[in-house]
Amino acid sequence: MDLTDFADEVGARDPVTITGSGTRGGAVEGIRAVRPPAGVDWIEPAEMTVCCGAGTAVAELDELLLAHGQAVAIPPSGTVGGALAVGRSGVRRLGHGPVRDTLLQARYVSAAGEVVKAGGPTVKNVSGFDLCRLLVGSRGTLGFLGEVILRTRPRVRYEQWFAGAIDPGEVVARLYRPVSILWDGTTTWVLLEGDERDIAAQVESLPLTPVGGPPPLPTGGRWSIPTSAYTELCGEFVVEIGVGVVHHCDPAPSRPLDPGVVELHRRIKANFDPTGRLNPGLDVLASADRRRRRRQGAPVANAVGAPSA
Amino acid sequence: MTALADVTPDAPGAPEQPRRPPADVAHLLTELRRQLDSDRVRNGAGELSLYRHDASMIEGAAAAICFPRTRNEVQACVRAAVRHGIPFVARGSGTGLAGGATPPTGSLVIVTTKMNQVRSIDVPGRRAWVEPGVLNLDLSRHTAEHGLHFAPDPSSQQTCSIGGNVANNSGGPHCLAEGVTASHVLAVEVVLPDGSVTVLGGEDPEPDGYDLRGVFVGSEGMFGIATAICVRLTPDPPAVCTMLIDFADVEDGAATVSAIIAAGIVPAALEMMDQLCLRAVEAYLQADLPVHAAAALLVEVVGLPNGVDAASDQIVEIAEAHGAGGLRIAADDAERALLWKGRKSAFGAIARIKPNYYLHDTVVPRRVLPAVLAQVYEIAARHDLLVLNVFHAGDGNLHPILLFDVREPGVMTRVHAAGEEIVRASVDAGGVLTGEHGIGLEKRDLMPLLFSDVDLAAQAALRDAFDPAGSSNPGKVLPSAAACGDAQRVPDGAWI
Repeated sequence: MDLTDFADEVGARDPVTITGSGTRGGAVEGIRAVRPPAGVDWIEPAEMTVCCGAGTAVAELDELLLAHGQAVAIPPSGTVGGALAVGRSGVRRLGHGPVRDTLLQARYVSAAGEVVKAGGPTVKNVSGFDLCRLLVGSRGTLGFLGEVILRTRPRVRYEQWFAGAIDPGEVVARLYRPVSILWDGTTTWVLLEGDERDIAAQVESLPLTPVGGPPPLPTGGRWSIPTSAYTELCGEFVVEIGVGVVHHCDPAPSRPLDPGVVELHRRIKANFDPTGRLNPGLDVLASADRRRRRRQGAPVANAVGAPSA
Repeated sequence: MTALADVTPDAPGAPEQPRRPPADVAHLLTELRRQLDSDRVRNGAGELSLYRHDASMIEGAAAAICFPRTRNEVQACVRAAVRHGIPFVARGSGTGLAGGATPPTGSLVIVTTKMNQVRSIDVPGRRAWVEPGVLNLDLSRHTAEHGLHFAPDPSSQQTCSIGGNVANNSGGPHCLAEGVTASHVLAVEVVLPDGSVTVLGGEDPEPDGYDLRGVFVGSEGMFGIATAICVRLTPDPPAVCTMLIDFADVEDGAATVSAIIAAGIVPAALEMMDQLCLRAVEAYLQADLPVHAAAALLVEVVGLPNGVDAASDQIVEIAEAHGAGGLRIAADDAERALLWKGRKSAFGAIARIKPNYYLHDTVVPRRVLPAVLAQVYEIAARHDLLVLNVFHAGDGNLHPILLFDVREPGVMTRVHAAGEEIVRASVDAGGVLTGEHGIGLEKRDLMPLLFSDVDLAAQAALRDAFDPAGSSNPGKVLPSAAACGDAQRVPDGAWI
């Protein structure tokens, strides 16, 4: 399927939702669903870029990039489009950057059923307003991603997880740019990558021992807190130090919304999808936990106000 | 960095020409002088002349200039402008090269240089809140005692402001590995074009909703005015290796760039200077640069010592396999600083060759660097112009500098024609219009080379959501067909 066929399928009228492999919440229920094109179009190792359909499985993309010694900084599982639409980074965000920094160019289908290009194919580009940033994390409420060009990164040659009873603040102060620092209130996990000798020298004087990987992450809620606020956490949690994402046993507490931000969301949605036909009823300002509760039947106030199907 | 320094400030104490502003401007001035000290609201002919362009040569005509010190004062300025139906434009240090801060006709220029405080630094959290007028290099100097710096480092970093960096999503040599400004801004406190105040993004990693912070960065002053910025700070590396590698052939240098990246190495910086540039800088600095080489690469690798050594060795091997001539490794910080001074002072050094220059900024895929560079030389020769190249080779970001003497009759026609051909050649090669200088007025009417009407309408829809009235820096970025509310003729002096 090419982009034109995808645009035809999205069409220009009636509510429509988009689905990938359903690992990040899936489509809006009860309305017509479309799937974006899948498959890797090209890989340019010397440009460190790759072009693929939004429906491409992250695992497939990763497998193909492996042959070139490269990777993309989006979390495994599901489809590329799903990962971008949700915009949540993995536990290596501290070292590899957020998902939103990977999208260089997108061709998406607008609410009018037209193919729109955002961004450009080069790793550096300030030609026009940054619609790619707008699309990442917009959950298909402004347009449906069809084909994307992503920035790749060299695959790590050597990496090692460590763990120990050490204050995470000390890890931040003493280690040079760890890829990930996790803390559950007692134990600190650290992922280091680079030259093996450098890594050995880094951890030498610290109470850290090699471990097989990160701890299991609580899945009750995903909180977002200022990086320095981790000391106030309680309950069962694993916090990404230096980033501020908390994997918690409890749903994220709701946060007050700035009326100015709410109004900007309303205007953006109205300008990009005047009839509210794309992923209707999905409110990007409701926290993911509240969204999940709503899917389970609990009513939640709709802050952005896209008309429901 | 003034490309065409044709603005002469009035001599101190010189009497300013009396000026009778139109009624709406007179009311605006009265209101602004009530809100700000009257000496921070100016409309003298000399000052209006000073602010009629940024570091580009594209001129506008402001009605008044104001210098707020606080967010509330910026808000008061914006509200007053909106009330009197006068467009406004924010301006930092005025180092922009694309006319982004060139005032729309009859506009209020809101200068942020007096908002220059670093408000707070969170060392363990590696972030700082700064005001928009803080100079880029001053921020890194300010955080140096904590072993931290602000990664984006435009060549104008001694004079450009963080607010300007945000407006243009600025880059710099060290953005190859670290990413451009958008990757280093966590939150922006803004006065929106309707005069309301809000915070976009946040100190936490996943604020709810759309990435408004991300779209504000690089919006060239058309989405509102940043009054405080929360930036991410980067730890200083424990080990640094800075190398200057020279080549007898520009093409070999360019091929080395691609080969380094393809080998899985992303140096902290990977810059190229061609022979004319090396000679100009050498005459200016006496840094013992390889003036007989066709081109030289300035490569910097940072990190932990063993990793730096391994990557540096690999880079030297790759360069030698591509016919590298000399290799110079900075022995200490002083020599490293000298090599970087050579790179960053290229623009000053070229004044020895010709009095004026026009600096271009396009990006091409790395693999076509040799071919596009050859085209750049050919285009310049055909228009009988000298061209010098000093650029961010690692990310394919070309900076051809056309040298000329503006007193030479008809030279500007040739400069503009050559410039447009360079941009078209870059886009034809799969590149983009600008890598870090922005669209502004300079490249506004070239946007259709890259975007269809439908693409541009989507960008206009975003602009409209932030500024439905079209009062914040109107007439920039979007060609007039795409920007319904934003009508402005491209002023004389633009080469488009």
